[in-house]
Amino acid sequence: MSPGALLSARDLRVGFATEGGQLQAVDGVSFDLAAGEVLAIVGESGSGKSVTAQTILGLTRSPNARIEGSVQLGGVELLDASDSALRQVRGERIGMVFQDPMTSFNPVYRLGSQIVEAIRAHRGDVSKAEGRARAVELLDSVGIPDAERRVDDYPHEFSGGMRQRAMIAMALALEPEVLIADEPTTALDVTIQAQVLRLLERLNRERGVATILITHDLGVVAEVADRVMVMYAGRVVEEGTLDEIFYDPQHPYTWGLLGSLTRLDRPRPKRLPQISGAPPSLLSLPPGCSFRARCPHEFAKCAEMPPLEARLPDAPSHCDRCWLSPERKRELRQVEGQIGLGAPAR
Amino acid sequence: MTGGGEPLVEVTDLVKHFPIKKGLLIDREVDQVRAVDGVSFSVPRGQTLGLVGESGSGKSTVCRAMLQLLAPTSGSVRFEGQEIAGLSRRQLRPLRREMQMIFQDPYASLNPRKRVGQIVGDPLRLQGVASGAELRKQVRELLDRVGLAAEHYDRYPHEFSGGQRQRIGIARAIALKPKLVVADEPVSALDVSIQAQIVNLLDDLQDELGLTYVFVAHDIGVVRHISDRIAVMHHGKIVEQGSADQVCERPSDDYTKKLLAAVPVPDPRESRERRAAAGNV
Repeated sequence: MSPGALLSARDLRVGFATEGGQLQAVDGVSFDLAAGEVLAIVGESGSGKSVTAQTILGLTRSPNARIEGSVQLGGVELLDASDSALRQVRGERIGMVFQDPMTSFNPVYRLGSQIVEAIRAHRGDVSKAEGRARAVELLDSVGIPDAERRVDDYPHEFSGGMRQRAMIAMALALEPEVLIADEPTTALDVTIQAQVLRLLERLNRERGVATILITHDLGVVAEVADRVMVMYAGRVVEEGTLDEIFYDPQHPYTWGLLGSLTRLDRPRPKRLPQISGAPPSLLSLPPGCSFRARCPHEFAKCAEMPPLEARLPDAPSHCDRCWLSPERKRELRQVEGQIGLGAPAR
Repeated sequence: MTGGGEPLVEVTDLVKHFPIKKGLLIDREVDQVRAVDGVSFSVPRGQTLGLVGESGSGKSTVCRAMLQLLAPTSGSVRFEGQEIAGLSRRQLRPLRREMQMIFQDPYASLNPRKRVGQIVGDPLRLQGVASGAELRKQVRELLDRVGLAAEHYDRYPHEFSGGQRQRIGIARAIALKPKLVVADEPVSALDVSIQAQIVNLLDDLQDELGLTYVFVAHDIGVVRHISDRIAVMHHGKIVEQGSADQVCERPSDDYTKKLLAAVPVPDPRESRERRAAAGNV
């Protein structure tokens, strides 16, 4: 664990025994999250991004799951923590926001009482009245108008965006040091998404909440992240600072993701650049680079799995999993045009 | 961008209100949801109209009322000059061949108990276009055209990924060689790397088959890419329409501006500048 890291994962591996065989959902993920930092984990369905996040909180524990590696919060191991110790961590030290605001609340209890319950589960000395006052304050802080009255609403009386903000309010009720947000804006309209992103940004800035943001949307990433980890088929294929990933992307999968973005501020291309094929089945991963079947630049060496390592001399924190030399990558990106957003190569 | 000749579809003052009813034995209408409240647009042959708006803005209801899948409350829908609002099911049946729909959720819009060949072949069979060996041949051609393999013919929908399922839905929609295809959020349930594939497929099919599209989505970037014209919906009304570039680059309506401003910019530097500017206001 590097100094200054609040939450760190080392070689995290999560496998599930399924009817179809052993499925390696997460295969050797490592990261450090510093206080006040926003780390975005980007990937498509099946990339392992959500399983990574859920495993941190012990939510993937089950008889058919095999979890290996290490996840430490402030130096304390979470992977082999007891259930009761984990309950102390959840909510209290790590808050979590899920994708679907429709199903994350219990529909038969008032929103306020659910927030009060979350507080009192950890702080037995907080009275119901105090808890309610705190719930009002929290709802108000995430921008719910007329929070004093709305605290007694049921979840269905809130709109999707309000419910997601209430979810964030609940996740923050105990002032955790870490917030894990799994696709927090995917189910929301763009104008509401913008509000939720502003809220996450403000919480990060004002309270220094370290955040893991899981998303498939690079637009969202560009707005809030400090660092980015790109996952594919259970592995990290590239990681770096926000600017490194957007302006000097090294992995062809990252190029594909950046290239397939539609941009309102650019003339539209005749065809959208696309990544051909589909992600491989995790049950029958071919040896070598897992992206090679879809990669236009595949060559003999790709039959061997490239390690995740820094390949650029002047960017030690920018790592990728591709055998192509940095010079060759630069050439290929030129050919492919817009990738790397046309920023000057540095 | 006006295009010569008569439009393929012309919608005038389309209204769809849903009654809100109360009462135990006798339903009393107490109010109405004005889902679509006076919408007019026309789509020239071979072109694409993009409908954008947030959830609840009435985009899907416009599509369904236009195709007479929902009876409009009032207003006119002309297809090749013929008024189709208010036609009976029997009168509509021959027209159904000409107007097809692609749905949002590729998991819910394919019958899980039917094989792919049957799903794609059903429109051909029901409209009496083909049967037997000829039907199978045509279905294989359709699967090939949308990028699926002939061996997928006998598989079930659950064996496919989201993107492949959407291809099945597209094959079904183009089976009868329709003139108009209405696509309601056809890519929003798909992964980013797959979205571009489907958008490009729709583009190619339009060129090959001369299709006219009404393309509904909340993702303005995708809509702008595929559309010739864009109509922006808000609270059941079209607040602005114009050429795709005009609406995206020089919006005149306040709501359109707000919508465009909320779209995240996938460019960290620009995003920072934009936020800094917004913070200073």
